[in-house]
Amino acid sequence: MASGKEIRTKIASIKSTQKITRAMEMVAASKMRRAQDRMRKSRPYAEKMHQVIGHLAHAHPEYKHQYMQTREVKRIGVIIVSSDRGLCGGLNTNLFKMSISAMQSWLDNSIEIDMCTIGNKATGFFKRFSGNIVATPKNLGDSPSLEDLIGSVKVMLDAYEDGKIDQLFIIYNHFVNTMTQGITKRQLLPITADEEDKNLTHHWDYIYEPEAQEVLDGLLKRYIESLVYQSVVENIACEQAARMVAMKSASDNAGDIIDELQLAYNKARQAAITQELSEIVAGAAAV
Amino acid sequence: MTMTVHVDIVSAEAEIFSGLAEMVIAPAAHGEVGILPRHAPYITTLHEGAIRLKINDKREESFYISGGMLEVQPHKVTVLSDTALRAHDLDEAAALESKQRAEHTLSDKQANFEYAKAQAELAEAMLQLRAIDKFRKITKL
Repeated sequence: MASGKEIRTKIASIKSTQKITRAMEMVAASKMRRAQDRMRKSRPYAEKMHQVIGHLAHAHPEYKHQYMQTREVKRIGVIIVSSDRGLCGGLNTNLFKMSISAMQSWLDNSIEIDMCTIGNKATGFFKRFSGNIVATPKNLGDSPSLEDLIGSVKVMLDAYEDGKIDQLFIIYNHFVNTMTQGITKRQLLPITADEEDKNLTHHWDYIYEPEAQEVLDGLLKRYIESLVYQSVVENIACEQAARMVAMKSASDNAGDIIDELQLAYNKARQAAITQELSEIVAGAAAV
Repeated sequence: MTMTVHVDIVSAEAEIFSGLAEMVIAPAAHGEVGILPRHAPYITTLHEGAIRLKINDKREESFYISGGMLEVQPHKVTVLSDTALRAHDLDEAAALESKQRAEHTLSDKQANFEYAKAQAELAEAMLQLRAIDKFRKITKL
């Protein structure tokens, strides 16, 4: 059995670990609140943008933008959104697993893949996985701005325009609530129209100023950027939530171990006392 | 009773305005446009400048935007404002930088960031100067 002193040092070290995990939990909780706030604030833009794109899809423009045309798929672009830091449970691992299985099915159909990784974890992982990374933004931190993402998104959009890639996907963690985050794979390009708006079924088109092409270029580019931005913001909220949960369970586990060790320590101490007593009694009886 | 139109002004990082107005004046691609209720569907790019809303006879509000898009439906005006300064050179520089960073992480050698960075900074500075200049002109009028 371990001696009293050994157990005491062990308890002390676990206590200090617990202190750290508890602090991280609280930091993550407050950061999560801020991240959720940011998510809420950016939602109106995404919704309005979505509405405008929806209107546009129902208009009958004389000019059809190439972002809205489907092509035969030979090469696919993927944007993978991960966190910069670890210690957030299985958040990134699950995302990578899902990304790899998606990529594997593409590779099986002999479709090549270009990647854009957002977040240190994805960059590190896919570098080892020997993926073809074509763009990566600089460290975004906890409050990313749209500006930081424009460059990387442009690389992918340019590739699409030049016909280097024929589809563009984004894979990120979608925030459901604090306990649940879902992995989402979403097609960014070509843009597909979804639900019908009943008010807009008659034949109509916008007045474009200056030219349809120029206006659509700007609009669709912003649409894609806003989707990527929204994904990044959601992923950060997910990261903080996952970290909070992971750190909470780590603190709880540390507490359990401390309880067990405390019990072992008390037992060892009691055994030592009993042994000493019986030795004294035995000694006295011998005299 | 005067007619009003619903106006939404949003940027990627916040909602700026949502409400009714009698008229919207915006810096469109080919000069200022005034949008009244029941305007035909219209879509345009916006320059940096002020968006002015005539809420009623007494009240007027204005917002500064650095660019964006304007969409008009007969009963609804949507302004999608940019938070980021945009220009072709600037986007190009950002894309270049992002590509270089990817190459750099892949090869893990010292890459030359300086050119793209300097270019980005220069383009940004120029754009900011221009935006400030324009805004001064508008506010003076």
